[in-house]
Amino acid sequence: MDTVQLTIDNKPIVVKKGTTILEAAKGIGIHIPTLCHMKLDDLNIENKPGGCRICIVEVQGRRNLAPACCTEVSDGMVVNSHSIRVVNARQTVMELILSDHPSDCLICPKSGNCDLQSLAHQLGIREIHYKGEQSTYREDTSPAIIRDIDKCIMCRRCEMMCNEVQTVGVLSAINRGFNAVVSPAFEMNLDHSVCTYCGQCVAVCPTGALTEVNHTSKVIRALSDPSKTVIVQTAPAVRAALGEEFGYEAGTLVTGKLVSALRRLGFDYVFDTDFAADLTIMEEGTELLNRLSKYLEGDKDVKLPILTSCCPAWVKFFEHQFPQMKEIPSTARSPQQMFGSIAKSYFAEKMNIKREDLVVVSIMPCVAKKYECGRDEFKVNGNPDVDYAVTTRELASLIKLANIEFTKLPDENFDNPLGESTGAGVIFGTTGGVIEAAVRTAYELYTKKSLPRLDFDELRGMEGIRHATIDFNGFPLNIGIAHGLGNARKLLEKIEAGESEFHAIEIMSCPGGCIGGGGQPYHHGNAEILKKRQMAIYREDKNKTLRKSHENPYIIKLYEEYLGKPMSEKAHSLLHTEYFDRT
Amino acid sequence: MPKIKLSENTVNQIKEVCTEFNNKEGELINVLHKVQKKLGYLPAEVQEVIAKELNASVAKVYGVVTFYSFFSMIPKGEFPISICMGTACYVRGAEQVLSEFKRQLKVEVGESTGDGKFSLNCLRCVGACGLAPVVMVGEKVYGRVAPSQVKEIIKEYQEGCPSGNAKTA
Ligand code: SF4
Ligand code: SF4
Ligand code: SF4
Ligand code: FES
Repeated sequence: MDTVQLTIDNKPIVVKKGTTILEAAKGIGIHIPTLCHMKLDDLNIENKPGGCRICIVEVQGRRNLAPACCTEVSDGMVVNSHSIRVVNARQTVMELILSDHPSDCLICPKSGNCDLQSLAHQLGIREIHYKGEQSTYREDTSPAIIRDIDKCIMCRRCEMMCNEVQTVGVLSAINRGFNAVVSPAFEMNLDHSVCTYCGQCVAVCPTGALTEVNHTSKVIRALSDPSKTVIVQTAPAVRAALGEEFGYEAGTLVTGKLVSALRRLGFDYVFDTDFAADLTIMEEGTELLNRLSKYLEGDKDVKLPILTSCCPAWVKFFEHQFPQMKEIPSTARSPQQMFGSIAKSYFAEKMNIKREDLVVVSIMPCVAKKYECGRDEFKVNGNPDVDYAVTTRELASLIKLANIEFTKLPDENFDNPLGESTGAGVIFGTTGGVIEAAVRTAYELYTKKSLPRLDFDELRGMEGIRHATIDFNGFPLNIGIAHGLGNARKLLEKIEAGESEFHAIEIMSCPGGCIGGGGQPYHHGNAEILKKRQMAIYREDKNKTLRKSHENPYIIKLYEEYLGKPMSEKAHSLLHTEYFDRT
Repeated sequence: MPKIKLSENTVNQIKEVCTEFNNKEGELINVLHKVQKKLGYLPAEVQEVIAKELNASVAKVYGVVTFYSFFSMIPKGEFPISICMGTACYVRGAEQVLSEFKRQLKVEVGESTGDGKFSLNCLRCVGACGLAPVVMVGEKVYGRVAPSQVKEIIKEYQEGCPSGNAKTA
């Protein structure tokens, strides 16, 4: 028999054997509170340490209360999820957690988005009866992430993300009892560790213990400086998620309102990273075709598969973990950096603005982009191509700060010349999108024929590792896709062992790609939100008249007026980069 | 933390232990145990080698080393001083004895004196509750220790080795 009958809060149900009480309850609409437990369906991500005991329920016949998240149902079980005994115990557990937690919610960066805070509210905690010493730990600031470990409740979600999902292995629980914290080895700072700044630990931390470095005040200062021209670029995944911060259903596209909000914030030009994504495809697509034709001519030294290079956390990952393979990824810079570089050369020259007087801000779903724009190779005489990268969340707070009623904004269009984009640029925001965009262009350049169809369903989805073969005029082009660094590691190990048959591989650090980035509105463990954002991205692509990067008229013009052709010397110095061995 | 350079011989010793346990991550605790027995302590550089051999993250290894008070990241002093913190010793004043040792030696628990002579550690119950509070220096046991005696005990070892060599491996 593989089903089990039980009742929860007097409701009889039948569920599959092996189901937890938590899942069974969820199935009939009973929401048992959780804190340490987190499950992202379809992504195979689950944190289940059973440590916090917030989810305790009463099981008839058992002496002790049972944690619902890690207790399996059994036949005839009678569960009560909110008896007086349960409620009292739950409040006690919460008070104990709070007794070693700072009470500075009012000024905490996580306030309003904190699972601990909302749970304390839900449980009606008005007093903490357990007064005692509070553990203190130094704050650790890196280029992208701040660790304020006094706020850590040891749920260990970050540890699971960093070790199991990303296989980076920076974070681990150390020490014991009262002194236990989550920390890098030898309590070194994050910026001395092999951290990739993917921000997935930040994305799942239920408290204010892990947050991004906030640059909003720097942006405000730049905007109010009359001597500066301040321009902004927005990454594709932002438009599919920003709405959530203003009460829209997940998956609502708010592109037009986003543009108007940025204009009202005072940016002199509102541009689009999608434009730079189209540019990335021109460079990366050409690089792929170059390597491919050399390979077909019998060149044994050519490096295949080519790996995408638009995700800075992925770049830092292979620089630390696979430095011996640093010649394999495409040398194309990420769209953020291509944009910055073109803005501070082509655009600045065109508009006659001095480099020092031009400030480039980028709105990103990502915390790694904060680190990326600070890398030395993306600076000219110390002046960075991109001055500040702020997250989708930071943008939402800027909009609120400026009293902009987001929902009432009209839809507006991006400025030109760096605001025009095709559907190919848009789909960079989801796993599978970069390679699909590259295929659309590479196919037409290679076969000199027009594509019979534009939607490559075989490249889409949420599976951690996917592959497909695309017929390039008789040549079968093998494509691989990985999202999440653990999946990337698996593919890299295959390549190293010589088992890979791929010609091109797309890698994104965040589960789901940038739609699931560490800087996006918090998903609070609901993977449905990621899927809805992904669908929104494909909708935006479909709505575009132009859907192939090489058809973007402003890209064509940029090459004609300034760069020559893809991979030209000028393109090389402005749009490509090199990688470093960081071991 | 100052970096130390491990000799090739030491690295090989560590690798040998790892191989003995089939380089399995699941054997981490046993590996650490055995390596500490050989080298006396587990500095960062040793943990890095172990992590690499077992294909575990350094953070994880460090996590285990800091979880068990048995493991030490600093070399033991010539005369390791251990203070029992079991219940009996605790209620009879082990805490005060400990702070006196800290004061006299100017070290914290888990540290060694600059000259490498003494290191200070706490123990779980050593089973000599009748003698509480108990202090051990090397293998030698001192019972019913009062804070006022601490100075004297230290002095014994500062002036060369007393009868019954307290030194341990
Ligand atoms: S940012 Fe990514 S790599 Fe760095 S600690 Fe967090 S999860 Fe690990
Ligand atoms: S830092 Fe955040 S995610 Fe990590 S254990 Fe602490 S509370 Fe949990
Ligand atoms: S997948 Fe996107 S959001 Fe995540 S680290 Fe990479 S670039 Fe940033
Ligand atoms: S949510 Fe079940 S133990 Fe934490």
